[in-house]
Amino acid sequence: MIYRAIPLRRVKISIIDVGIILFLFAFIYGIISTAKDWKEIPTYTLNISLSPRNLPLYAWFSLLRQFLAYILSLLFSISYGYIASHNRTLEPVMIALLDILQSVPVLSFMPGVILGLIAIFPYGRIGIELGSIVLIFTGQVWNMAFSVYGSMSSLPRDFKEASEIFNLTPFQKFLYVELPYSVIGLVWNSMMSVAGGWFFLMACEMFTLGKRDFRLPGLGSYLQLAAIEGNTKAILLGLGTMIALIVLIDQLVWRPLTAWAQKFKVELTTRGPVPTSTILTILQRSTILTTFSEKMNEFIEKITIKSSREEQVERRVKSFPILKFILLGAFLIVVGYASTRLMFLISRVPIYRWGEIIISDLFTLLRVSVAVVLSIAWTLPLGVFIGMNPKISVVMQPIVQILASIPATAVFPIILMWLISLRGGLSIASILLMLLGTQWYILFNVIAGAMSIPADLKEAAEIFQLKGLERWRRLIIPAVLPYLVTGAITATGGAWNASIVSEYVHFRGKTLMVRGLGALISNSADKGDLSLLAASTIMMIITVTLINRFFWRKLYWIAEEHYSL
Amino acid sequence: MAIIEVKNLTIIFDMPNNTRITVVEDINFSLEEGEFVAILGPSGAGKSTIVRAIAGLIKPTHGEVLYRGKLVEGVNPGVSMVFQTAALFPWLTVLENVEIGLKAKGVPPKERRERALKMIDLIGLDGFESAYPKELSGGMRQRVGFARALVVEPEVLLMDEPFSGLDVLTAENLRNDLLELWIEKRIPTKTILLITHSIEEAVYLADRVIVLDKNPGRIKQEIYINIPHWRDRESEEFIRLVDRIYSIMMGKPIVTAKPPRVERYGTPLPHVRVGAIAGFVELIAELERKEDIYKIAEDLNMDLADIQPVIEAAELLKFIDTTGGDISVTEIGRVFAEADVLEKKEIFRKQILANVPFIQQIIQVLQNKSNHRMPIEFFIELLETKFSTSEAQAQMEIAIDWGRYAELFAYDEDSKEVYLEEEVPEGEKV
Repeated sequence: MIYRAIPLRRVKISIIDVGIILFLFAFIYGIISTAKDWKEIPTYTLNISLSPRNLPLYAWFSLLRQFLAYILSLLFSISYGYIASHNRTLEPVMIALLDILQSVPVLSFMPGVILGLIAIFPYGRIGIELGSIVLIFTGQVWNMAFSVYGSMSSLPRDFKEASEIFNLTPFQKFLYVELPYSVIGLVWNSMMSVAGGWFFLMACEMFTLGKRDFRLPGLGSYLQLAAIEGNTKAILLGLGTMIALIVLIDQLVWRPLTAWAQKFKVELTTRGPVPTSTILTILQRSTILTTFSEKMNEFIEKITIKSSREEQVERRVKSFPILKFILLGAFLIVVGYASTRLMFLISRVPIYRWGEIIISDLFTLLRVSVAVVLSIAWTLPLGVFIGMNPKISVVMQPIVQILASIPATAVFPIILMWLISLRGGLSIASILLMLLGTQWYILFNVIAGAMSIPADLKEAAEIFQLKGLERWRRLIIPAVLPYLVTGAITATGGAWNASIVSEYVHFRGKTLMVRGLGALISNSADKGDLSLLAASTIMMIITVTLINRFFWRKLYWIAEEHYSL
Repeated sequence: MAIIEVKNLTIIFDMPNNTRITVVEDINFSLEEGEFVAILGPSGAGKSTIVRAIAGLIKPTHGEVLYRGKLVEGVNPGVSMVFQTAALFPWLTVLENVEIGLKAKGVPPKERRERALKMIDLIGLDGFESAYPKELSGGMRQRVGFARALVVEPEVLLMDEPFSGLDVLTAENLRNDLLELWIEKRIPTKTILLITHSIEEAVYLADRVIVLDKNPGRIKQEIYINIPHWRDRESEEFIRLVDRIYSIMMGKPIVTAKPPRVERYGTPLPHVRVGAIAGFVELIAELERKEDIYKIAEDLNMDLADIQPVIEAAELLKFIDTTGGDISVTEIGRVFAEADVLEKKEIFRKQILANVPFIQQIIQVLQNKSNHRMPIEFFIELLETKFSTSEAQAQMEIAIDWGRYAELFAYDEDSKEVYLEEEVPEGEKV
């Protein structure tokens, strides 16, 4: 199994980017100002019990949240990808926007999202519940949307022409051609996204905003509470439950799904082992499911026939250009207003504070760099070893996948227990958390790269007796580099996000923090300092985007141009 | 009344490097009821473009396509199409693939299933309804492609090289099955247009063959095939027609009223490496007599489309002569064939200098430069004034291959520079 991130485009900074940045400012303002206006909301605190008896129920709640967030992500990413790939005017804007949204730290949205939703649903738990679902959603949706867009905009010409010749309606084309073509990419990205969802579960189920404390029953809050109280037994129990849950989901959901997705492969020849799943076979033989899917098909057909007729009517009605202008104008006014308000909000951050933000940014940059370098240092040799030995990769891939899906945030308290007494312990722990959360992206990509080395090249290297350093220099590095960079981009983004969770922690009743941008974001959210929150969030977005554009992309293109096979 | 009329069809593509390429120019023909027409042409003649314009997938730059006298705007309602690659949806079963066109038409499920099954039966796919395309052989897949196109009962069936991806026996089998359906009128199709690069296939199937010229694609000639079906490939009449069409295809381009373009770099170089040219000339020299081009292709077990560029290259360098569909080796060709390696290079060099203006120009440029080196982009940009970017690159690659063999100039892959041989490349000086 291979995780392959989205192919990167050569992007130049243009007028679109300026617009996007303004829009983004407006967006951040919208979210953060919601928090500002609704400070007087009653809190709803739930007591989380560390008794093991509650674990199954908590696990169920967490799972449900994950599931709902995933469904939301699925619907959003398909719609977003579809629109972006079908509307030529919106396409560059939507894609550039997605590119930046990807680097927005999820947890910066937290105060706004949570408080806004509580304002709408002031009674009971529902506001917080929805908030945590929306947060998980923001953590997993972007790469899925990219994947759908990528598939739909690269639909083979033959398929396009065939659907036109046979006069498929847009909806039929979507249902029978475009969506199936996107399935494989979507399944792989879903797996990655859900793994990322577990990562943020802890932060999204229990948090404080100013003086208020929000808690939701779930595995994440259980683990977090156990960490705060320093209850080792509870930490281990919670961790065990989570791992069991992840393994179970892998077997019951992802395996059948990847096996099923094989159906959507376009290549007519198969190479290498094909994923299989006993569960899938059992499901496919079930009478109830077969009947259900038949009924579903009939239902869908009724809709499509209807829609095809409506379409024809619709085509005759011409669109009103005036309406478009009004909408565009309204949109621009809102964006303009909100971005100026954000500027105003940020302007309240005093100058000396900006110095602090920049220094913190550099500290976090250092930690992120150390984490990424360490990840590469150990995943590169191992990944190459696994990728170049087909027999080992059959055994190792599933193990690596399970390991990768264990959320680093859940292991974090255990690491803290060991390191907290050391000098600079939190700093080391923070780097370790980044490492744990991000090394897998690199490992998967390196394995994929090593597997893509053609057999004849390997043989040639053997005949010319390329060994040791020469073999790495002439054969392995050139083949793996583009993959490595792809993985590193995702990993760096993840590491920045992880800094928010790891530089500022509540542990054994104390609040620990190190100097860093992540700590600044967490701290300002905790204290309800919205100006500082906005300023440091924007700083992080700018840093991540700049590093992506001016470092990784450059490296990626160098690798592609010189070494692509 | 003609079912399809193509009038003054010209299609120009805008390339990314701001050049415009005329793919087909001033095409005029019609498809009458009951007629099976084949469009025959070398690759690059715009065959597929014409068929896509008829289907309404590509908008003509000039001219128009009429279906039953009405201008085709958007997808042509009267046509269906078989693709070279079959273009089946791999996630749909055979039955679902065949049903897709009927679904789009809103045919109710029951009727749809009946019609699809009938068509599957007719095309010889019985028993494979629930198979996925992946499980089928290439020939069976193309049968599904035919069933899918025919089940919507189109008046016009367009076929874009449907047999070219199949092995010889499978293709023959499928051709005969299709012909049977057509001759016996078991399908309601009124007219068929076949795109092919195989002369034999065109003569075997069609009532009329339209021969295209390339760069840009223009109609060279239309030939009626009056032999009744089923045609005998061994018959003298059949062979004579194939020969005649071959010499039309290989012959000089038709003279038009327009002034000829300024050919700054001569004719484009055929995409053939030196090794293939040398091998081919040796082979022809051994034959000792004039040989039929079509026969040679068959003996070599090669497609005419594949061998044609080799013939063009050998003729460009005056190693062979192809008048009237026969190939014979020239004097210089014979010397070349019998020469040893060094002499071969010498002869090749002379022939290039005499016959390939673009390579002469490269040498001139290099000689005029003080360091005798020039980045490859310079020449590619020159070529781009006449060719598309990818074609310009291909042309340069061939020029380098020929020039290197003839030791006229060399090419340094690292610095991407072309340089004159006497000089040692920069890197090796140190």
